[in-house]
Amino acid sequence: MTASTSEQAALIGGIYSNHLALEAALSDISSRNIGSIYCLGDLGAFGPHPDRIYPLLKAHSVKTLAGNYDDSLARDLPDCQCGYTDPRDNHFARLSYQYTYRNTSEENRSWLRTLPEEIRFELAGHKVLLCHGSPRRQNEFLWDSTTPDHFLEKFCDDYQADIIAVTHTGMKWKRRLPSGRLFVNVGVLGRPENDGSRRVWYAVLRGMKDRVTSEFIPVNYDAERLALEMREEKLPEEFAETIESGWWTTCLEILPEKERRAGRY
Amino acid sequence: MTGHGNETRELAPAQELESLDELWFQVGGTLCNLSCNHCFISCHPGNDTFGFLSIETVRKYLRESEKLGVREYYFTGGEPFLNRDMMQILEETLSIGPATVLTNGTVFTPGSIRRLRDISQASSYSLELRVSIDGYNPQTNDPIRGEGTFKQAIRGVRMLVQAGFLPIITIAQTWPEEDGPGVFDSFVETLKGAGYERPRIKILPTLHLGMEEERTRPYSRSERISAEMMENYDSSQLLCSRGRTVTDRGVAVCPLLIEAPDAHLGETLEEASGAFRLSHGACHTCYVYGAICSNVGGWGVD
Repeated sequence: MTASTSEQAALIGGIYSNHLALEAALSDISSRNIGSIYCLGDLGAFGPHPDRIYPLLKAHSVKTLAGNYDDSLARDLPDCQCGYTDPRDNHFARLSYQYTYRNTSEENRSWLRTLPEEIRFELAGHKVLLCHGSPRRQNEFLWDSTTPDHFLEKFCDDYQADIIAVTHTGMKWKRRLPSGRLFVNVGVLGRPENDGSRRVWYAVLRGMKDRVTSEFIPVNYDAERLALEMREEKLPEEFAETIESGWWTTCLEILPEKERRAGRY
Repeated sequence: MTGHGNETRELAPAQELESLDELWFQVGGTLCNLSCNHCFISCHPGNDTFGFLSIETVRKYLRESEKLGVREYYFTGGEPFLNRDMMQILEETLSIGPATVLTNGTVFTPGSIRRLRDISQASSYSLELRVSIDGYNPQTNDPIRGEGTFKQAIRGVRMLVQAGFLPIITIAQTWPEEDGPGVFDSFVETLKGAGYERPRIKILPTLHLGMEEERTRPYSRSERISAEMMENYDSSQLLCSRGRTVTDRGVAVCPLLIEAPDAHLGETLEEASGAFRLSHGACHTCYVYGAICSNVGGWGVD
């Protein structure tokens, strides 16, 4: 059975100011004739020129919810609420947040204040819940290797959802639960997922009569141009290196053993 | 000495169990091959105040934990790998969720490392191994953990790294605050020298309980949590808001307070899900540093 356009939804995760990847993803989504696009938050961070994200989201009518970064910018908080304790990670998180705050207009920060913490909708009769980190906490990291089935089943029960989709960790994964319900971490557009490749990812949900399925879609974009812009903006060389190499160089302390082992650093 | 005075209990704020995310198992009891002089539950080879947990006991609580939606499992002691059921316990745990073991790293053999590697590779969930080392050389480590323990623990780390593990080196902060960054850098250098190229490090405050109470000082009466202190405080920083600890005498509120009589809350997880009064000095340490027992969070050198 082929789903009609009304039964599909594109889900994009953390953009981290990567306007080139966002442009490429939106163009890819248009080519697939998917009408509904949702963004699961964290528009700024890491990349250059944060204000370039907002007109793209508005032009494509992307329904957007707030991530922890957006919440920090909206409320003029002193940091991104990622909760790092490693001194090196904290150093880079501070640089990134200060740059993003300085370069996000007051108008865009006001718009961030209007974003909801979750979005709910139905896809072919199935209840979908979108949020940033987890349904209960905006900055909770849900990794594949540390999230048991029974824990996710409880979320589906407690929050009355057949499908839960999140982002926040920077790595995509999904799980069909024993009950048949679906959990998807949609990954992020902002930076590669620590696999040595430059590509980034988004997800498509397809609603059918008996179930919802999901597919991860790779996005290739002009990573060299992004790295150049990052250097021109004097963002840390370590960030540009990640864009070019596909390996994370910072914020590594939050990775569980299996995810950390799969990376280079 | 256990240092568990109860005089402020009636005035202490109560903390609800908000969600049971972390289930801890006192799988090694208070039995340990080492006798560290800062141990907050005074573990040593002859201390059987708390005993090993059997595979049957662990299994019973794992079953209950699935219904309650527990997120991750932690194993501590004493030394967990002295427990003969430990490998089977890890195998069964990793079939349903992620596991972390807090070890002193001194009892590994080539055979046990191979078994751990196989158990880890067979699961889609992470197996974290936290190895306690308290100094970056024998001169700084051994006075605390015992003669020869630095060499033994580094040997354990080397074996784990060679088997593909990335152990979290857990360090109790026994040096003066101002030495922090230098000590951190020295640890990194030591671990790289042992072949651990990308060391993961977690630094913990000491707890003025058990042996540490004698080594340094007991908690003062002012080191307590008041009701005012809980206003606008992120209670998820307190392990008792999201965890419980299984011992061979039932379920306790957290791994730090197993020797305190009021910390024992029931036989089942369900029975032990009530609120707990934050009346102890250790509650104050947990409040100040936050998430000290969990893998992520807590206190870094900043």
